[in-house]
Amino acid sequence: MAKDTDTGADTGYMGGDKELKWVGTRPPRPDGVDKVTGRAKFGADFYVPGMLIGKVLRSPHPHALIKSIDTSKAEALTGVKAVLTRDDFGDRSSEFVPAGEMMVNYRDIVRNVMAREKALYEGHAVAAVAATSNAIAKQALKLIEVDYEPLPHVIDAVEAMKPDAPLLHEDMITDGVEPAPTKPSNVAKRVEFTIGDVEAGFAAADVVIERAFDTSPVHQAYIEPHACVASVSEDGQAELWTTTQGHYVARAHCARLLDMDISKIRVTASEIGGGFGGKTVVYLEPLALGLSRKACQPVKMVMSRDEVFRASGPTSGAHMKIKVGATKDGKITAGQAELIYQAGAFQGSPVQPGAMCAFAPYDLENVKVVGWDVVTNRPKVAAYRAPGAPISEYAVECVIDELAKRLGIDPIDLRLANAAKEGTRAAYGPKFGPIGLVESLEQAKAHPHYQAPLGPNQGRGVASGFWFNIGGETCASLIVNEDGTAALTLGTPDIGGSRASLCMMAAEELGIEYDRVRPIIADTASLGYTFLTGGSRATFSSGLAVIEAARDVVRQLCERAAKIWEIPTDAVEWADGTAKPAGANAGDFEPMSLAAIAAIAGKTGGPVVGHAQINAQGAAPSFGTHLVDVEVDRETGRVTVLRYTVLQDAGKAIHPAYVEGQFQGGAVQGIGWALNEEYIYGPDGKLENAGFLDYRIPVASDVPMIDTVIVEVPNPRHPYGVRGVGETPIIPPMAAIANAIENALGIRFTELPMSPPRVLKAIDEMAAAE
Amino acid sequence: MPTVSMTVNGRSAAGEVEGRTLLVEFLREHLRLTGTHVGCDTSQCGACVVHVNGKSVKSCTLLAVQAEGAEVTTIEGLAQNGELHPMQAAFKEHHGLQCGFCTPGMVMSAVDLLNTNAHPSETEIRDWLEGNICRCTGYHNIVKAIQAVAQGQGG
Ligand code: FES
Ligand code: FES
Repeated sequence: MAKDTDTGADTGYMGGDKELKWVGTRPPRPDGVDKVTGRAKFGADFYVPGMLIGKVLRSPHPHALIKSIDTSKAEALTGVKAVLTRDDFGDRSSEFVPAGEMMVNYRDIVRNVMAREKALYEGHAVAAVAATSNAIAKQALKLIEVDYEPLPHVIDAVEAMKPDAPLLHEDMITDGVEPAPTKPSNVAKRVEFTIGDVEAGFAAADVVIERAFDTSPVHQAYIEPHACVASVSEDGQAELWTTTQGHYVARAHCARLLDMDISKIRVTASEIGGGFGGKTVVYLEPLALGLSRKACQPVKMVMSRDEVFRASGPTSGAHMKIKVGATKDGKITAGQAELIYQAGAFQGSPVQPGAMCAFAPYDLENVKVVGWDVVTNRPKVAAYRAPGAPISEYAVECVIDELAKRLGIDPIDLRLANAAKEGTRAAYGPKFGPIGLVESLEQAKAHPHYQAPLGPNQGRGVASGFWFNIGGETCASLIVNEDGTAALTLGTPDIGGSRASLCMMAAEELGIEYDRVRPIIADTASLGYTFLTGGSRATFSSGLAVIEAARDVVRQLCERAAKIWEIPTDAVEWADGTAKPAGANAGDFEPMSLAAIAAIAGKTGGPVVGHAQINAQGAAPSFGTHLVDVEVDRETGRVTVLRYTVLQDAGKAIHPAYVEGQFQGGAVQGIGWALNEEYIYGPDGKLENAGFLDYRIPVASDVPMIDTVIVEVPNPRHPYGVRGVGETPIIPPMAAIANAIENALGIRFTELPMSPPRVLKAIDEMAAAE
Repeated sequence: MPTVSMTVNGRSAAGEVEGRTLLVEFLREHLRLTGTHVGCDTSQCGACVVHVNGKSVKSCTLLAVQAEGAEVTTIEGLAQNGELHPMQAAFKEHHGLQCGFCTPGMVMSAVDLLNTNAHPSETEIRDWLEGNICRCTGYHNIVKAIQAVAQGQGG
């Protein structure tokens, strides 16, 4: 077993032969009753006496100079207790800090939470008020006079790259270009990942396919809108309750933006109604704190759905060119991609991870991927499940499918012939350890779904996906109570059932019943810094911390038993949930259970508490393959998903039902991305579909049951073999569905979404051409 | 301001509300029954579904004054005598939730479905749930939970 120096824990894989009591089972979740009875408190469910209501004034213009803001009339309105504008925030210099797999820059965040020199998108916050009622707050917003000078805007990333495009940031010089450009532009950054020699690779190819693809921005569309309550006292002590994927990260951002000591802000994460990456950043929190600080009263802020669409989250839309070459017998000789991702109003699209992932499922000698991060007059993008990867991998997986067809090779066989495996060097640098892509492809090929007959206008598609997964800073505490139960204190907000998985690992390590472990998500003052829930890291990283904390408890329990028996500590072993005398003393004393030792802990040294503070390393990537059958209605252009199967490597599924849940949920989000979801802008630069009526996410009748196969190739750097699973499932659906539609109609779509009007148009054009 | 009175979860509830106060606002803000959620502004998401006189209704589509005299049941009133309603138990046992934000509305809708149609087909379940959006689960386990109750094998 390898000792992992990064964590100080014995985190090597324990091997698959250890008998497990809890890991791999499907118990109900600890928060299940609260969630089905309405007890669970989400972001908008906090009420504090004397609470004010905060509201945001948003720019009606996609791009405008803010010449002046007059808040005097609003401030004079009875019931208005505080007004906030750009003048309440100090400027911040350019500095990148990690947020999930993405980076954020304080110079940008301070401008995104409150417009400064300019409003950069429709919906950009320009002022905020706190008042004694909702109605007064709304009225106050109408009394704020903002003198805008509207400027020409640009919505499309390719347009934004043109030399004469309206400039969002007058000082933006493209990073990553040699020599550095002398003039500013909307291009924030160029990235490149290259191995081998693509020109030589294409020269060696018998077939080369080159295609251009477009995708639309899509929103994470968590059903719970952003919401928080802030309360700052006269001496500057602040409480913040918020719906977030990372309350420590939110605390850090708020402290920076408001010039407050971190110790003065205590953040409690509410239950979170979905995030998918979109709740890794702050929007309302600094405003609520700022308003509360001015008013010295608690302030509650809740976004409307309209605000969620216009001012938070989406992920990038993109324009891409993909070129892949292969020999006649199906060996891919080169892959090349140019990716243009729109970042919204501030730099920081996920083009870098997109570029890293583009060809990651393949073992290629020659790869060149160039990516561009481009700002436009849209809301700043936020992470969305495997940020960047679904976009680039969609394009590549479509070309792989076309290549298979051209070569007359089964698309799974073509993938198998080129699949990344242990030892493959990815274009972005590292060599893969044990990974499960080949297994997912082989199981897909053997799955009954792959052989099932298809009817007229039906088609089948396949696509694979890759995501890195991350670890990072994490704490956990495990408290042994006097009666032998345990309290597990965690720092990663639970979005999809991670509390269950973490309690299962604690129960497994301690040898006690699962329902004797009660979890809580601690506030930021009660547990050390823990990075956010994102990057598929919660079960992995908090899991490592829980295991280490549990082993700390076991160590202490053995010490206590040794003390009671008056034998050396190393003469005690922990087995079957009991301390047993071992070695020369074996059999000398009755084994003592955790409960028995806990009951007399006061006499043997005081409470037993295990703790872990780690920087979790050894996160392992997860690969998956999806199969989908679709039927196309030639009259309406509507594509119906008939059958769907997800096969993905989980390393080891701690709670298989929640792993399947991630597969199912990700696949259905991908179905929405493929077929319906998109941000639609008018020529005036305003979003036309900021609601669930016109931004159509899948409803129950749009989708079938989602079959799942959990592939388990253990992660060698986790005791139970865990890999993150939450993000990979959203990567393959778009290509799998595009490939299925091609299979049904013989038409290759290169633009998302493949919505009914677009599909119908292509069918009509094909009919006209015939 | 008009007063409104109704029976909520078996108890009489009354309050002064503005005429434009929505039922969901009355439940959440006046009665602090925060299990009824708000996910949208356009009556699409179904997170706010409650029962009014035994039928599922989006409580954001109704004014509080329109519920005058009505029998309202929210998710908080579904469990009886310390026992989860079979639909609540089934959502819990069959993992019919991830984040749980859609869950109260889903459960209230599903209870009304089975009151209306005790043995719905999968298609009927999916069609019924069109007004309840879930972004997390892909609906798979939600449909399974409802099927389990319909087949008498709830939680
Ligand atoms: S809140 Fe969305 S339907 Fe009522
Ligand atoms: S469980 Fe999250 S929206 Fe349904």
